[in-house]
Amino acid sequence: MSNLLSGAKILLNCLAAENVDCIFGYPGGVTLPLYDAMYDDPVKHILVRHEQNAAFAAQGYARATGKVGVCCATSGPGATNLVTGLVDAMMDSIPIVALTGQVSSKLMGSDAFQEADTFGITRSATKHNFLVKNIAELPQVIHEAFYIAASGRPGPVLVDVTKDAFQGQAHYTPVKEIHLPGYRVFTEGHGGQIRRAAQMMWEAERPYIYAGGGIIAANASDELRALTEALDAPAVCTLMGLGALPAEHRNFISMPGMHGSYAANMGMSHADLLIALGVRFDDRVTGRLAAFAPHAKVIHVDIDPAEVGKNRQPDLPIVGNVKRVLPKLVAELEGLAPSMKAKNAGSRAAWWKQIRAWKEEHPLTAETSPNEIKPQHLMAEIDRLSGGRAIVASDVGQHQMWAAQLIRFNEPRLWINSGGLGSMGFGLPAAIGAQFARPDKLVFAIVGDGGFQMSIPELATIVNHSLPIKIVVMNNGYLGMVRQWQELFYNNRLSEVTLSSFPDVEKLAGAYGFKGRTVDSVKEMPDALRAAVNEPGPYLLNVKVTPFENVYPMVPAGGAINEMVLRPPQPVEV
Amino acid sequence: MENKPGALMRVTGLFSQRGYNIESLTVSRTLDPTLSRMTITVDVEQNVRAQVIKQMNKLINVLQAADVTDGPAVNRELVLVRVRINQQTRTAVLKEAEIFGARVVDSTTEGFCLEATGDPEKLDEFIDVMRSYGEIEATRSGIVSVSLDNKKLRLSPPVPRGAAPEEVLELQGAE
Repeated sequence: MSNLLSGAKILLNCLAAENVDCIFGYPGGVTLPLYDAMYDDPVKHILVRHEQNAAFAAQGYARATGKVGVCCATSGPGATNLVTGLVDAMMDSIPIVALTGQVSSKLMGSDAFQEADTFGITRSATKHNFLVKNIAELPQVIHEAFYIAASGRPGPVLVDVTKDAFQGQAHYTPVKEIHLPGYRVFTEGHGGQIRRAAQMMWEAERPYIYAGGGIIAANASDELRALTEALDAPAVCTLMGLGALPAEHRNFISMPGMHGSYAANMGMSHADLLIALGVRFDDRVTGRLAAFAPHAKVIHVDIDPAEVGKNRQPDLPIVGNVKRVLPKLVAELEGLAPSMKAKNAGSRAAWWKQIRAWKEEHPLTAETSPNEIKPQHLMAEIDRLSGGRAIVASDVGQHQMWAAQLIRFNEPRLWINSGGLGSMGFGLPAAIGAQFARPDKLVFAIVGDGGFQMSIPELATIVNHSLPIKIVVMNNGYLGMVRQWQELFYNNRLSEVTLSSFPDVEKLAGAYGFKGRTVDSVKEMPDALRAAVNEPGPYLLNVKVTPFENVYPMVPAGGAINEMVLRPPQPVEV
Repeated sequence: MENKPGALMRVTGLFSQRGYNIESLTVSRTLDPTLSRMTITVDVEQNVRAQVIKQMNKLINVLQAADVTDGPAVNRELVLVRVRINQQTRTAVLKEAEIFGARVVDSTTEGFCLEATGDPEKLDEFIDVMRSYGEIEATRSGIVSVSLDNKKLRLSPPVPRGAAPEEVLELQGAE
């Protein structure tokens, strides 16, 4: 029969049917049949230098587009190296499909070479996972994996395929239907609840919109904007939600939470109605939960029923997709009389006045110094070059918080960071995935000197594909965020946070065949950044910033979010 | 729950991952051999209970998880008790077993193996009584429950593969 194909070829056909255009991966023993089939398959395979970065790059791709990212690794160490990237995708609800090889089904359980219990290990690291030993199941499972990853609350799905399933031959029949009887997705929201929610919004005197990564995941930015404007309420976007509402929108305040702005956190603490959209009341946003938004009734819209009431019991829950629910809310609001604008006009105006006063009292502005490069100054310069339009992939730590505070994002899917898991080493590989997904976009990878050193191997991947990524190392010579906590909460006993022996980046980039430079003069920094952006290829810019700067405002762990520390307690002497 | 490899691990893993302690767990096939039914006992507050149910319903292999704590339901457990006896206690132990409706499933000069079923509190009492006759060994099955509600299993319908996300929304929204 002409359509008798190997399992490996069938898998590639399924990927083609899912419109997969690139796979981030690393080959190995049991995936040899798959890589052999790839040899003459049109799919683009990006050879990364470590499997963890395959998962991060797949995430970067998914975060920049909303499409499912794909990564691939061999059995044993290949699969275990993926785990951090999977948990990271799970925490931030990012759709990726991970394909792993497994030893032959006859060898499974015998502690064979490069055997690991991938199915068991990744159970809690994924939204769902599969083990395929039988070639007949392969097409159905692959399509189910993509469906599960992308639908409902998105997340990572892993498919572990045995070597004999790759090698076996079978007839390939395209799959027409996905049937997962136990997989329920709630999208529409309850009509009565939506009506009551609109009523509550109409009655509120101090409404406040708290929007998160769910808006980005649902591609519901326009819908969020429509609701924000219909209500004319102040809105904050969480670390995961930055760009959901354009940073320059007049209703946008900033990011709330541990390193959120004064106005954003004061607004939360004084609102009488909190409209929580695609958020999970994460501890980094709420601070001490018992003291969070104490005066507010809460409307919580989320696609995941388990998020509703998990941390804060809402007064009005709506389980549904924000993309479907928000337009219905707007329609309900428009039907109410007197109109939203006329109702409570006085108290709404007073609320806005108060919000503006908080913004002016302690604005989020980048400090500069004439003699040294403040990290905030660096972020402000990147912001100027981006103009709210560049993709910024960040690593984890102080630079991440300053970037989130000071770089504007006027569109969704520009700000790419590891929010929930906080995985160092995320930024650079995520930038690679994002640049593959959006070759038209200017992509910055903003990394610390710590996280960068976890990602150096991927410079080879960048060079191989001539990706014009602008890598900006915010180099303070420390694991800055850990040091900040040691200074503040561990009596300034700086334990194992000094990063000496950072490489000469000019030589490092040169060794990989591209340009790099270190800048430590505040006068040269803006031009150095511009030169990096104007370089047609990749660029590695190492920026030596003031070492002892800390991120403020800061809500100490366990504190209420209106109890922010706005400035350092006293200047820290070196 | 779908009777698939790894399905049980997903449920038990969920409990340990989220820090809930399982007091008892029973699992067996249903009349439909592709499905299993589990009864899980956990000792948690009401709001945590709701969270457990929601988290379980998110598992793709779980068709439906429901809380039978407050609803009309029958809960039963089985216990096998080995009890040592002597000439003096033999008749008394048999009498007690009869009171609890327990059956003798093995009998030797040294002791009995008794089988009792009932609700878990009754079995606690039975075990306490048997213990008063000396050293015993007890194996409990864990609780099995059946809800007396007329709840129909709500299953998701098939969706065409590769449907645009908006179309899938339409299909899934039809509830």
